[in-house]
Amino acid sequence: MVSEIRDERVRSVSRLSRLLSRPELGAAAGTVLVFVFFAITAGSTGLFSAKGIVNFLEVSAQLGILAAPVALLMIAGEFDLSVGSMIGFAGILIAIPAVFWGWPIWLSLLFTFAVCSGIGALNGLAVVRTGLPSFIVTLGSLFMLRGLTLGLTRGISGRTQVSGVHELAQNDPLNSLFSGQVFSGLIAWLANLGLIGKRADGMPSISGIPVSIVWWIVLTLACTWLLTRSRFGNWIFAAGGEANAARNLGVPVARTKITLFVMTALAAALFAAIQVLVTGSADTLRGTQKEFEAIIAVVIGGTLLTGGYGSAIGAMFGALIFGVVQMGIFYTGIDTDWFKLFMGAMMVIAVLFNSYVRNRAMRSR
Amino acid sequence: MAEPYVELKSVSKYFGSVVALKDVSFDVCPGEVHCLLGDNGAGKSTLIKTLSGVYTPDEGEIRVQGKPTRFSSPADTRDSGIATVYQDLALVPLMSVARNFFLGREPMRKFGPISQFDADFANRTAYDEMQAMGIQLRDPEQPVGTLSGGERQCLAIARAVYFGAKVLILDEPTSALGVHQASVVLKLIVQSKARGIGVIFISHNVHHAYVVGDRFTLLKRGRSTGTYAKGEITRDQLLNLMAGGKELVDLEQELAKSARNGQA
Repeated sequence: MVSEIRDERVRSVSRLSRLLSRPELGAAAGTVLVFVFFAITAGSTGLFSAKGIVNFLEVSAQLGILAAPVALLMIAGEFDLSVGSMIGFAGILIAIPAVFWGWPIWLSLLFTFAVCSGIGALNGLAVVRTGLPSFIVTLGSLFMLRGLTLGLTRGISGRTQVSGVHELAQNDPLNSLFSGQVFSGLIAWLANLGLIGKRADGMPSISGIPVSIVWWIVLTLACTWLLTRSRFGNWIFAAGGEANAARNLGVPVARTKITLFVMTALAAALFAAIQVLVTGSADTLRGTQKEFEAIIAVVIGGTLLTGGYGSAIGAMFGALIFGVVQMGIFYTGIDTDWFKLFMGAMMVIAVLFNSYVRNRAMRSR
Repeated sequence: MAEPYVELKSVSKYFGSVVALKDVSFDVCPGEVHCLLGDNGAGKSTLIKTLSGVYTPDEGEIRVQGKPTRFSSPADTRDSGIATVYQDLALVPLMSVARNFFLGREPMRKFGPISQFDADFANRTAYDEMQAMGIQLRDPEQPVGTLSGGERQCLAIARAVYFGAKVLILDEPTSALGVHQASVVLKLIVQSKARGIGVIFISHNVHHAYVVGDRFTLLKRGRSTGTYAKGEITRDQLLNLMAGGKELVDLEQELAKSARNGQA
């Protein structure tokens, strides 16, 4: 009978080497580096005080909320350049019905989520049906949505900014889902233990954890579970890795991609809901360039631009790096003009590193 | 001989004015390797696609286990136990062996209200099924891109068998492989046969086909030049029957003649 074919060229591989072929490795290492760098340069400035931490986590959280679903979409081999414009559009969709038409906030929120998921589905359908690169299709949506936002806002309000949402949202049942803080009791307790600094008046230096940070963590965990533990996750990897093979095996590639476009649109709407309810206003320019920031966070997180490989946890690290660097530069007193130079360079280095890790993953075991 | 699992009876297929297949009969029994030989353009691809449900024949009929059948789609064909392993193998290189094995048919496990991908089951099954085919995996979680050509072929075959294939159609499985890897694939074919699976082995390499084949059918310009059992025909006869076989002999003689003339 046929004997077992054992490859004599195999050697056992250590856990370390296995770890080295994880997609989020680069981002985790980058995060450590960035933390060490700012611990040395900005350690005494308050960047790592409770207040400083909450500040940079809040920046990271907003980006991270976008980055997690954008990572899934990119693993499926598609881009969504329209998320930035979608944020502006969604903000206006929340504010205008509430301020001008007297809708309750909860209703305009639901309305916004519904409209945005519809637009997301249209993006997805356009990509899947035409077979055009999603880069081009959603570049079109980027401009169309921004134009639509500006046109509608100016047409209805005569201005480019709609404010006055705060007063309307105060007693709304959904308000606390998107703005405000949680774990105030825990923070007060930690402050009493002396683990968190107190202000001169005896109150803790922070009054709670902004709810956006909770959204960020929950979304990242949910996307990670989806990617690694669900059937849908298998389809995402397959759709981005080898769409034809996936189709031949009965994977609904088109449906998978459309669903992911809906998810990125919903993430943009969530971003807008948090922003509008925290600041109390909407602006037609909100979300500008967020699509690129999200892609940078995802790429730093180890996801391949060509699809088929990546992680949502990595995107979380990417967003964390983004927040720490942005606030760190502010705290150290370096001219913030240099921030974009730094992030752009980080991304290029990350891409080089990723292709190295990918090649390693394909070879090393 | 046992009852054929699948049978083509006097099948013809036309594309406009082109006669792709004319009056071809072909069958395969459980536990048998039936080789389909022919040069490029002989109609092998059309025959495979007819057998796998991509094309419906214009004349003649297909029988599965003796019953006349009309396949409505490739998925329909797969459901009746006929699996085609194409040259691209339908594998995703960046995904693990186990995930590829179950792609599109993921095993799920329930945890209360949530059901999630049963990675343990997938890893174990992929490992065992590959081993049953004679391939020892290093790690079922290694990406398919790290497998050799023969191992990938094994994965595609083991997957088809695991999901209930009674007949395997292998489209040129050895053509892109080196000598060692090709022999791995030939062993896989013997292994499948030993498990009672009917194998349709498409090739233009007579040497590979003759090693594992029980019967040989030659296609030439869309027509069958006959089916031969292994005892009835030698490898050289088979080579000569194939287009190219005779041509190569002619070419050899011609070259020898011109060499003699050159010396004179």
